[in-house]
This record gives sequence, structure tokens and C-alpha cells, in this order.
Amino acid sequence: MSFNPKHILGIKNMSAEDINFILDTAESFKEINTREIKKVPTLRGKTIINLFYEASTRTRTSFEIAGKRLSADTVNISASGSSVVKGETLEDTAKNIQAMHPDIIVMRHNASGACQYLADRLDCSVVNAGDGMHEHPSQALLDAFTIRQHKGSIKGLTVAIVGDITHSRVVRSNIYCLNALGAEVRLAGPGTMLPPGIEKLGCKVFNNLEDAIRDADVVMMLRIQRERQGAPLIPSVREYARFFGLNGNKMELAKKDAIVMHPGPINRGVELGSMVADGPQNVILDQVENGVAVRMALLYLVSGGEKLGSE
Amino acid sequence: MKTLIKSGRVVDPANKIDEKLDILIVDGKIKELAANIDPGDADVINAAGLIVTPGLIDIHTHLRDPGYEYKEDIISGTCAAAAGGVTSLTCMPNTSPVNDNLAVTQYIINKAREKGSANVYPIGSITKGMNGEMLAEMGELKEGGCVGFSDDGLPVMNGEMMRRGLEYAKTFGVAIFTHAEDLSLVAGGCMNEGPIATELGLKGIPWVAEDAVTARDVMLAELTGAHLHVCHVSTKGSVDLIRHAKARGVSVTCEAAPHHFMLTDEAVRGYDANFKMNPPLRSQDDVDAVRVGLADGTIDAIATDHAPHHIDEKNVEFAIALNGVVGLETLLPLTLKLVSEKVLELSQAIALVTCNPAKIIGIDRGTLSVDAVADLALINPNTEWTVEANDLHSKSKNTAFNGQTLRGYAVRTILAGKTVFER
Repeated sequence: MSFNPKHILGIKNMSAEDINFILDTAESFKEINTREIKKVPTLRGKTIINLFYEASTRTRTSFEIAGKRLSADTVNISASGSSVVKGETLEDTAKNIQAMHPDIIVMRHNASGACQYLADRLDCSVVNAGDGMHEHPSQALLDAFTIRQHKGSIKGLTVAIVGDITHSRVVRSNIYCLNALGAEVRLAGPGTMLPPGIEKLGCKVFNNLEDAIRDADVVMMLRIQRERQGAPLIPSVREYARFFGLNGNKMELAKKDAIVMHPGPINRGVELGSMVADGPQNVILDQVENGVAVRMALLYLVSGGEKLGSE
Repeated sequence: MKTLIKSGRVVDPANKIDEKLDILIVDGKIKELAANIDPGDADVINAAGLIVTPGLIDIHTHLRDPGYEYKEDIISGTCAAAAGGVTSLTCMPNTSPVNDNLAVTQYIINKAREKGSANVYPIGSITKGMNGEMLAEMGELKEGGCVGFSDDGLPVMNGEMMRRGLEYAKTFGVAIFTHAEDLSLVAGGCMNEGPIATELGLKGIPWVAEDAVTARDVMLAELTGAHLHVCHVSTKGSVDLIRHAKARGVSVTCEAAPHHFMLTDEAVRGYDANFKMNPPLRSQDDVDAVRVGLADGTIDAIATDHAPHHIDEKNVEFAIALNGVVGLETLLPLTLKLVSEKVLELSQAIALVTCNPAKIIGIDRGTLSVDAVADLALINPNTEWTVEANDLHSKSKNTAFNGQTLRGYAVRTILAGKTVFER
């Protein structure tokens, strides 16, 4: 099979075959990243614009390196604040960029649906690097890639995701991705961070971390934003860490060979104790490494994939 | 000047008429209803195959004039009304300046009288500047022509202020129109709370934000004996609260908007801001409850909450788009759809957009009684047409029904005996 979508907006409408095809493609790119000359000519002559409306180090760098290792010309635009604050609408910004004929826009935006909005209005490919609380497809794919690397297969695994579920686009993409690949997804977090109806996306919801991670194969911890402290969501970071932080001996509840994941950046001592973050079960830096290969695959596939060579 | 409307099916719920009759209009008033009236020297309008009703009355619109004429003004808004068979409407006070003083009220009434294509009845604000702090001069505003009071869109959050507003409005025999919404529970939400908001990653507005204030205001109406009118009821809970209040004799009326009985929050998939309104599109259970409320008389009127916005205010990310949709030109077919879907009898449906709303605002319109002002709609109930946003008469094109095929429209709208719209 092959999979050459025009855009990557989310995981929701991807089949297991689509996802596996992306992961297999990423597998073939991964080796490039450890060569002495880390560059192949695959996307030579293509222009990729990384349009980031939210601060990002990891994702933006990962996409930029992915593009460069495929020989594309990559340009980063950091738009500070929302389009409203800037005084230019998202559509106008996008059309101005389009006038420079990029092949792909990789966008992160604070508004859910912003990547769909762009895709509906532009000719070039749009890759979602995170839109509001909606989806973050490349993160879910690199997570699946990392789980596959450590567990061989995803089918039949139990994956627990703990933290601020409400505000997490990573969770939504991961639920779709892991369900498609046959894993059971469990969620846990304080009641203020569990959005209504999330179980309809295909997951079990727990009120405490312990029940969620019991006998899990994978424990994925989400970043707690400190600014949520004191707001109606959590009384304090201290209390959050006590009940929903993965620390001390809690990992003993999970399977012996369970792995610990985190999309980063980590709040040490909040959602993840340093013993766990640096412990033998953590695969957090594997996630970062695999992110480059997965994003190379996405950029390659939206550019036409195998059809590229025949031009 | 005489006009004879011949052979139409006359539906006038206020007088329990539903039969084939001729209507003779003399000097802008209804002179006679009977079978086979001799035309004499009257102009004859053949209404065979058409339904003839009182002109429709929409008690919830925003004409944006003064202040936001780039969205709509009194001329374009009343043109849209005429095109939809609407001959009378109220306009909400959230203009710039706010309609909290006689000068703005008179400006609206005079402009409508001179240049409008429909009767315009202003709603004044409950509080000065709609800021919830001091009562507006309701007595003088009522004398000037206001038919109700509302801080629509900026709900009166302070319970004491709402109580005093109700008591004061009661003094002058007019209703308080409440936009029932607890802003602290909305907390930045932009669509109905539930599985779809969760999936789309949009912050939800829970039903309790509406129901909590509906409950408070219904109880304040009970306490004060004032007439409370609840705007755009969209939740099952609010319908139930109002049904129970009516059963124990509270002076409460309410309205529902067509989008709240025709669409659910499913429509928000795709992030099209033409499905963003306040209250938001709700769940199927809520839609079903609104329909039951319309059928059992809990809901007194259908009103559009016609809320024109410029395309630049809608063609943006969903979370930052403005709330509201236009509705005057789709009111009639969407109301008739409740008849074809067997929710309402035709006479019930027509009552919801004629005599019932007239009663809420206390105007002597919405009937075809002899000597009544001859405001009429001649309706082709059967022809299908497709809503094309760009063909709307409103200045703004933010309809939630673009591209939908609907059945029925006004072929002629008559205002005080004069044809103001014809297709």
C-alpha cells in the first residue's frame, strides 16, 4: 500500500494501515540520523515553512531538522501571540506565506481547528504541529513508534495517560492512534482536568493514578502547566504531585517491563519524580530521537512519497 | 385605496380561522373577510394556492443601527424582514450608543418609519449602558416606543439588579427579556459542552450556565409578579423550568430560535463559525425538548435572534469568531418545517410567529381581525428553494443554513396594505 495524504491534520481519520505505513516509512528514515553525513536529497528544492504561533523548542526543532536532513529549505516563523493581537488575520498571514510558494506549512496554533482552517484555504500541504486542544498527530505517531520499538507491537498493550487531559491535544491524538493499533487506553487526572465525554473517544477514565497504571505496559505522563495552579483546576502543584505525580514507588504497580513516556518538557517533581524521569524504564529521549524520523516520514509522504522519485 | 386578496387559505390563529377566504383591505386596514367578496374597484391579488397569514412578528433581532451599520442597518434589516414575510420586529439595545435613552429610541423609530420596510419596536436596556449598575429610564423609554427591556448578550449577573429591573418594568406593564447565561460558568467556552467539544478541543459551555439563570429569573418573576420573557431557550432544563413555572402561575413567556430546534452541536465539526452562536447549538436531547416545548405551548414564540456579523468577524478561528447568525429570511420555512415534520399543526406554527409574539410585547398586530392594520404574508408553502448566503437581503451573510434546501417562502409581504416585498 501507500499513503500520500495532502495534509496531516490529525490521527482521527487514519486507519491502522495508514499509521503503520507512516511508522514503517519513519523506520527507513531513522538510520539517516545516525550517519556521519546526515542528509539525503529526497526533498531537494522543496520549501517548508514552520509557522509557530505558540512557543515550542522540541517540536519546531524536530520538524526543522527533519526537513533539513531531507534537503528541503526550511524557514521558521515565530508569530508572537494570536493573530488578533498581531492585527493580521490567520488567513491573511497564510495567504502572504502562500504567495512565496512553499510546498508545506507546518503549523502550531493556539486555536483548535486552525490547521483545518488553513488547509481549507491554501493550495500547499499543511502539517499540524499541534492545534489548540485538538490534535498533535506527529507526537502521537512518534509515541507509537517508540512504543513499537520497545514492545514490538502495540496490539493488546495497556497504555495509561495521566495528567491534564482536558487541555491536551497529545491525549486526543494518542487515543485515536493507540485505539487504531489495538491498545487499551486508560486516562487519569483530577476531575477538573477530565473533559466530559472523553470516554466516547475510546478510553477508560480513572479518578486516581494508581488504578490507571496498575499492570499497564506504558505510562505516559503529561506536563502540568504551573499557571493552572490556584486557578479552579488544581489547588497547588504540591497537592497535584502528591496524588497524580509519578514518583516514589508508584511504578511498581505497572508491569515490571513497563515504559515511562512524557511528551516534554518535564516538570521534575510535579508530574514526574526525578527517580522515574531518569530511571531505567524511561524512554523519553527515545521519543525525542524518534520524533525526527517520524517527521521526516510525514514531510516525505505529504510531498508525494514514492512518486517523488519518478518526477 | 382598496385591495382584494382573493381565494387564499387564510390562517389567522388569533381568530381561529383556517379556511379559504377573500380579504378586503381598505386604506391599510382589514375591512372584511368572507368567501367571494365582490372586487368592485379594488386591486385584486390572486392568492389561490397560497396561505395568507398575518405578517410575521420576530421579537428578537439585532439591527445594529446605530453604530454597527457595516453589519446591518434599519433599512437592510427591515428589507430582510420583508423578504422573510416578517412585518414587525423588535430590535435589541446592544447598539452603539446603547438604546438606554429616548434619543436612540426615537432615532430607531423615526428611521424605521421613514425608510424601513417593517414595523420596528425597540427593546430598551434594563441598565444604563447595559453595564448592570443602574436602571435605565424605562418609563420614558416605554413612552418613546420601547416594548420591552433587556441587557441581551450582557446578562444582568447581579440578582438584586435583576429583581429591581423586573419590579420597575412591572410598573410600566412591560416585560423584561432575559438572556439567561451565567457568565462565570461560561468561562471562555465557545460551543456546547459535551463529547463533541471534547473531541474538537473547544472549550465547552455547560447547560447549567443557561439553566441556573433561567431558574433564578423565573423565581424572581415569581417573587415580583413581573412579566419575565426568557430569550432563546436552548436547553431541556430551561424548557422544564419554564413549564413548571407556568404551571404554578408565574408570569413567564419564552421564545426559541430556529437554529435551536433544527441543528445540534454536531454542526460545529469543521469549525465553521456560522455555527457559533450564544446560546450554542446543543445536544439532540435539548433539540427534542425545545420541540416538545413548542408543541405543548411551553414555548410561546419562535424568534430568530437575527445577529448579523461581517464576514471578517466570522472567517476566523472558531474560538475568536463572534457569536450569532442571521435568521429573518429563513424564519418562515424553518417554522413550516416543524409542520411538515409533524411537530406542530399549521395554525400552531403560525401562532408562534404572529399573535403569540404580539401578545408578549403588547402590540395590536399579528391578527387579521376586521379593523386591524393590514400586515400580511402571502406564503407559498410548497416550493423548495436553496438558501444562498450571498442572495440574502441582509448586509451580513452569516447564515447557519447556507446551501440547505428548504420548503416555502413569502411570495408577497404587505405592510399596512402596501406591498413591501414580492417575488
